[in-house]
Amino acid sequence: MDLNYTPEEQAFREEVRQFLKDELPSDISAKVKGGQRLTRDDHIRWQSALTKRGWLGVNWPTEHGGTGWAPVQRHIFEEECAAAGAPRIVAFGVNMVAPVIMKFGSPEQKAHYLPRILDLTDWWCQGYSEPGAGSDLASLKTRATRDGDHYVVNGQKTWTTLGQHANWIFCLVRTDPKAAKPQEGISFLLIDMPTPGITVRPIILLDGEHEVNEVFFDDVRVPVGNRIGEENLGWTYAKYLLTHERTNIAGVGLSKEALRHLKSIARDQRKGGRPLIEDPIFRSRIAQVEIDLMALEMTNLRVLADVQAGGAPGAESSILKIKGTEIRQAITALTRKALGPYALPFQSEALDGGFNGEPIGPDYAAPVTAQYFNMRKLSIFGGSNEIQKNIIAKASLGL
Amino acid sequence: MDFALSEEQRLLKETVDRLVRDRYGFEVRQAAADSDIGFSRAMWATFAELGLLAVPFPEAVGGLGGGGIDLMVVAEAFGRALAVEPYLATVVLGGALVEHAGSDAQKDDILGKVVAGETLLAFAHGEPDGRYDLAHVATTAVKTPTGWTLAGRKSVVINGDTADTLIVSARVSGAIDAPDGIGLFLVPSDAKGLTVRGNPTIDGGRSAEIVLDGVTIGEDATLGEPDAAYPAIEAAVARGIVALSAEAVGAMEVVCDATLDYLKTRKQFGRTIGSFQALQHRMVDMRTALEQARSMAILAAAKLGADRVERERTMSAAKVTIGQSARLIAEEAIQLHGGIAMTWEFAPAHYAKRLVMIDHLLGDTDHHTDRFIALTDGQAAPAGTF
Repeated sequence: MDLNYTPEEQAFREEVRQFLKDELPSDISAKVKGGQRLTRDDHIRWQSALTKRGWLGVNWPTEHGGTGWAPVQRHIFEEECAAAGAPRIVAFGVNMVAPVIMKFGSPEQKAHYLPRILDLTDWWCQGYSEPGAGSDLASLKTRATRDGDHYVVNGQKTWTTLGQHANWIFCLVRTDPKAAKPQEGISFLLIDMPTPGITVRPIILLDGEHEVNEVFFDDVRVPVGNRIGEENLGWTYAKYLLTHERTNIAGVGLSKEALRHLKSIARDQRKGGRPLIEDPIFRSRIAQVEIDLMALEMTNLRVLADVQAGGAPGAESSILKIKGTEIRQAITALTRKALGPYALPFQSEALDGGFNGEPIGPDYAAPVTAQYFNMRKLSIFGGSNEIQKNIIAKASLGL
Repeated sequence: MDFALSEEQRLLKETVDRLVRDRYGFEVRQAAADSDIGFSRAMWATFAELGLLAVPFPEAVGGLGGGGIDLMVVAEAFGRALAVEPYLATVVLGGALVEHAGSDAQKDDILGKVVAGETLLAFAHGEPDGRYDLAHVATTAVKTPTGWTLAGRKSVVINGDTADTLIVSARVSGAIDAPDGIGLFLVPSDAKGLTVRGNPTIDGGRSAEIVLDGVTIGEDATLGEPDAAYPAIEAAVARGIVALSAEAVGAMEVVCDATLDYLKTRKQFGRTIGSFQALQHRMVDMRTALEQARSMAILAAAKLGADRVERERTMSAAKVTIGQSARLIAEEAIQLHGGIAMTWEFAPAHYAKRLVMIDHLLGDTDHHTDRFIALTDGQAAPAGTF
């Protein structure tokens, strides 16, 4: 047993650090570290730098132009990116639909879509959830009716993250409403967003931000050739995608960075004339989450080492999702508490890049409370934490 | 990064797992715990035969040269068995003190006998007002022309009533809670002026309340420099935390498995209680706590040989995680089993008692949270470290 990174892994970490130093635009990392809004162009500039280096396909095999990195390398990459203030790679294309296309797509689909994901021609979004299908995803109602060489799609998707930037959407649609089980009769379609009949409407979240959307489909004609795999087997492909969605689900690097930020705020804030971080009650709250994060990092590395040795990530990824999101939420809650009364002012304009107005309170205050509320999503999306517990109970415990 | 056991560690694991599986059933454990001495001397001899008493010691004194991971392997199996033998007192704590502080002659002599199963040790360190503070030593050691005179009280000395030799910490100089000025002294159990009052502990073990009323010992009874023992004490306790953490993981495994079995078999309202989502989610929380605890037990074992601050910070973090996980699993196991778990005959109840009591040994979660904070420099660990 040796818990140290190998010399090769350490050298890799140095290589990633150097790359980030050279290629991550400083205005973008400043926005990420300052909790400011990222524009579509910010995402594209960062991802272009990765593309240029051949590092956008973090989880991809080399045959499709990916990195071919081992799980521990991916973990190192993600940790360094978080520490440097790199935006998270927008996952819907490169990490979600791409693995499905690689696994179940036709040769033509692979040849067409995969290069366009890597060179950022296409921005993908996800059409899974519906107003009536959240945790119970299989109850989705969006209909696709066959009409010659096309499907005609009618229905509504929701919680479509960054759909306002996307030109493609992958959707689960119902192709056989009479199937015996709700999981049967679902197909997986790739839909070109400019097709007539598609309307994207913003949903403003509780933090005032436009992050997600509703997408309406009104007699949208989609070529049958845009279907992945077999008709009515979409649920199988969707489940495969969900396992890929859980890559880096623990978010250790992001939580470490958030913890560093929390500590720096707690050092700056005062209580009774002393730094807040010296207050025994507050300090012990930080210590608790810091220790939990140490344990999570080890659990994550144990799972990674297992995957690297050829094991398949099973219900462990549900444990990582639950603990990872609980810890991240605990950190954001402490960061909010650290601000004291300055958690209240809502200075939305301070979240725009280039803001040079007068900050209300400390200059780090503006995004903190909004982020705290925004991060409540973590335990809801990607299979709510309660759904994760159901998965563990069923798959791992046999209950 | 490699979480696999070495070939030697795998063999060690096979040995101790087989022993526990074939010869250390719950009835055997209860009989040993109920005896006057609180454990089985025959079982101790078996440990010696199998080399288990040699695991952490250098090869020069007949040891196996094992590190933290080797100790973890053994202690985890003992945790599964809920073993009551004085492994922590004699091999882990006592042995580590001799190894870290003793002269070569003392190591040869004492550790040689420990490895052979010929002597039992206990670490008489805690005091009535000391709580978990390792530097709190009010017991005094006063120099005499021929040696030392010890006076004071030692409390909750684990297996102190059966030790052949007590390793007594006593203050030679300095304030009552100063790390400097503490000595370690070898006191034979039949020393004049020594009173040892043994008692059972609620988790099936034994401890002793000890009074030293002018105990005189010779010059050769000091273990190392008589006023500079604190680093050896800290290092021995670190080894103890590695062992307790792994023991807790072994015990937590058993309790989780038993609870899961019960959920699958116990019927109420015409269905297995494991079909109720409220109970499923609590079982998942137990398993999650077990995995987090296992992670920290591994990390602690791996960091046993690290530099002091890194080692101690990790030990404190591990002890916090273990304490919290162990309490959750113990309490939830009782709750999910319902009334049956309140009975003496029920094995998981005894595991639950041990799991909760592990938090009262070598520093509880509050103590180690404080200590973790003191050892953390105000910065999160940089990327690439733990």
